[in-house]
Amino acid sequence: MSGHSYIKRPNRPLQIYAALFLVVLYVPVLFLPLFSFNTSIYVKFPLTGFTFQWYIELMDREPVWAALMNSLRVGVTTSLISTGFGIFAAKAITRYRLPGKGPLVGFIMLPLVVPGIIFGVALLILISRMGIPLSLYTVTIGHVIVCLPFAIATMIPRFEGFDPSIEEASADLGENAWWTFWRITFPMVFPGILASLLLTFTVSFDEFIMAFFLSGTDPTLPMYIWSQLRFPKEFPSILALASIILVVSFAMVFLGQWINRDAQATDSKSE
Amino acid sequence: MRGQDIPMPNQTALLPNTVRFRTLLQRSETTRGFALLSPTLLIMTVGILIPIGILVAMSFWTQVGFDFDTTLTTKNYQLAMDRPIYGALLRRSLWMSGMATIATVILSYPMAYFVAFHIHRNKMMWIVLITLPFWTSYLLRVFAWKVVLGYQGVINSALMALGLIDAPLEFLLYSQSAVVITLAHAWAAFAILPMYVSLEKIDKSLLEAATDLGDGPVARFLRITLPLSLPGVISACLLIFIPTTGDYITPTLLGGPDGAMIGNLIQKQFGAVNNWPMGATLSIILILSIGAISLSFMAFANFVRKRIS
Amino acid sequence: MRKQLIQKVNDPMTKTDAFISIRNVNKFFGKFQAINDVSIDIGHGEFFSLLGSSGCGKTTLLRMLAGFENPTSGEIYIDGQPMSGVPPHHRPVNMVFQSYAIFPHLNVRDNIAYGLRKQKLSRSKRNAMVDEMLDLIKLPDYGDRKANQLSGGQRQRIALARSLILRPKVLLLDEPLGALDKQLREQMQLELRALQKTVGITFVFVTHDQEEALTLSDRIAVMSNGRDLQVDTPTRLYESPMDREVASFIGTMNFFDGTVKALTDGGAEIETAGIGDVYTTNIPPSLTPGQSVSVAIRPEKLTLSSDGHGGSNTVKGRLDNAAYLGERSHYYVSVDGVPQPVAVSAQNRQRANGNAESQRPVWLSWDDNAFVVLGNG
Repeated sequence: MSGHSYIKRPNRPLQIYAALFLVVLYVPVLFLPLFSFNTSIYVKFPLTGFTFQWYIELMDREPVWAALMNSLRVGVTTSLISTGFGIFAAKAITRYRLPGKGPLVGFIMLPLVVPGIIFGVALLILISRMGIPLSLYTVTIGHVIVCLPFAIATMIPRFEGFDPSIEEASADLGENAWWTFWRITFPMVFPGILASLLLTFTVSFDEFIMAFFLSGTDPTLPMYIWSQLRFPKEFPSILALASIILVVSFAMVFLGQWINRDAQATDSKSE
Repeated sequence: MRGQDIPMPNQTALLPNTVRFRTLLQRSETTRGFALLSPTLLIMTVGILIPIGILVAMSFWTQVGFDFDTTLTTKNYQLAMDRPIYGALLRRSLWMSGMATIATVILSYPMAYFVAFHIHRNKMMWIVLITLPFWTSYLLRVFAWKVVLGYQGVINSALMALGLIDAPLEFLLYSQSAVVITLAHAWAAFAILPMYVSLEKIDKSLLEAATDLGDGPVARFLRITLPLSLPGVISACLLIFIPTTGDYITPTLLGGPDGAMIGNLIQKQFGAVNNWPMGATLSIILILSIGAISLSFMAFANFVRKRIS
Repeated sequence: MRKQLIQKVNDPMTKTDAFISIRNVNKFFGKFQAINDVSIDIGHGEFFSLLGSSGCGKTTLLRMLAGFENPTSGEIYIDGQPMSGVPPHHRPVNMVFQSYAIFPHLNVRDNIAYGLRKQKLSRSKRNAMVDEMLDLIKLPDYGDRKANQLSGGQRQRIALARSLILRPKVLLLDEPLGALDKQLREQMQLELRALQKTVGITFVFVTHDQEEALTLSDRIAVMSNGRDLQVDTPTRLYESPMDREVASFIGTMNFFDGTVKALTDGGAEIETAGIGDVYTTNIPPSLTPGQSVSVAIRPEKLTLSSDGHGGSNTVKGRLDNAAYLGERSHYYVSVDGVPQPVAVSAQNRQRANGNAESQRPVWLSWDDNAFVVLGNG
């Protein structure tokens, strides 16, 4: 007789399905690093041999480094701005009774759902009508709009996760709003802030559509990859570059989710 | 501080503006809330509301060389209606997104169900694992499928190396099915979240009660679990359908001529074709059709929900 | 050994009467033993309660009757049929859940008719049955309401109706009154008891509320740490608890250490440290002279007076503390040689003047047979 209750007893077909699902989810992406170590310039089986050649070639390419620096600059700026604004927005959404809060939150979360191309072209039109030249700054504006909903959605569970009476207790003990924020609120939501910084950086670093419409002469890393996709002989080095980006992105997102895991756990429990 | 609350007209009049502003802030919770929300609202207004407004305006303009004729006209809309290729592309986009949506939801539901009901420890670990690919570069994930489905890609070369086929299967790349497969794969993580949340919310004692009242596993699923998780299924459908209709990366890299979508057409208006007002018009048409389909879908879902229960 | 002996003595039924028979059931969750060798018989039409504090195993036992958990070892028989391997939806039992588990997407009528699906009834027949149930639970006009439009008491009645409409052989109730406020709970207790008499179905009722269990039940099983300590009628549980744990779980009890001095026809003379010799016929079956035992007395069986005299069944003490509770007062009296203050409960038949003077000398007295002798264990 099993130790599981009737409802929870294990379901073998479902377990197999879940395992298959994960395999299919990850395997296509894992072909990129696999072929990036292959000696052939053709991306096909059978594998011909192991090499670091494509990674070494990557190091010598000036445009890759330039694009990397551009992406880093945009990513760091975007994550700081969207997380900074996101803290206040998340606090306002969770802590205050605001008239029309539902529609407002829906409006703020729009970029999560509306096709990127719409916002991309709309912003492009606005910026060109205002006579502002396309540059990394315009890309950053686009990325902040894409990343803000992620930042807010990451931090809302943090704010929901702790009892507002803790803040009230601090006020009751004589701290003003400013110091209450720094001594109580900030430390309690800190994991959420860290997670938001990591996640928004990754989203910006990997973002393509806004960059496609809004970047000027300085390409970001995804833009650079896009421009090289036309040349089949560049495939192996693009695979190498893509593999590096994937590994870094996976690591950062995983770290961010991990730091913030208890907020999401309590969130799902309270429902 | 106490003294300020006592009506003393002279003193209040003498208060500097900053102090008055501050007391206003402290008095009204709503004001403080909006003050905190204002940076976000400002950037969303500048970044979304105003651009969309201009997009709407531009859809009534006309391209003249490298400049615009800002006289308002519905010519673009008429043109879009008249040229069959536009309507065909739009219908095809909606159709392909619809297929991708249905495939994603059907394939993801069992996974969401599995995590909600059959994972008891480290649930968060599973959610992170499932959503991890979603956070990483969309471009690279599409690129990965190009590598997998390509003419000399993983599947073809593997099948040929195994001697199962003599020539590469051509239908894999540059086809509608390639686009649908890639879209479904790319959005699976997004689909799982809302379905997981609504399944997780279901009180387990409801399932026990259904069993207790005589339902076997299948009847219980159809009568309790499925109806109660419908809100999650509906959100998942919208969350996939809406963004995928406007996608142009996947069709560009994997679609070929048969797999092109409305997004490609819009992008071309802002690039090679250089007819921005037409691009704006097509964007507006896209938004309106997505909106109309989403609304009728929600109405239909609501109707079904009422019928089931 | 001793436990089984007493079980037989206390059980008024012989084995053939048992409608539900729980036989040597054990349940482990991993290494934790939730149920420890429990054997209980429940008769047909009985209102039977499982009473214990949280974590004592009472809910686990109920869920094993429903089929949601399987015993690690042992067997449960319902109406003579062994239940192991029978899934919940094939068992002749229904359950009222602690949270009521009203289906939120269905209205009251569909909730009540939920379990009728398999009976393939005509629509009119089914409606008639639901109407009958709605009348029975006194909510005739609530059929079209949704679950979120109902109060706690109404949900509770609907959960009852939903189960009763299936005419189960046994109705299981998992703390069904726990979520209600005090007044409503007392009203529902009366209704529940009346309902059980009307439908004549065996009820197995889980509660941590001893008063509720005493009010409702024909018999009660007191449980602790996965074991059944005593299975008995409310009166016998209160008046003749088998051991200290049962005695202190139900109501308040004063305990004194003592030694058996002599056994006389049907009774025993016990010598105690602080209150002299007491005589009682409330004794466990196997008592030998010289055995050390606990004697216990309920607070309301002691009489307090401010002037007294020596003699049998009387002891002098000092009033430590008094608590005025309106209809009654509680007094705590220290007695030389007794480690804990003795609790006394007295009805306030005269108007209280509110100046119970502390530390004044008082006398406690009692009747023969007011004490009960517990096995020391």
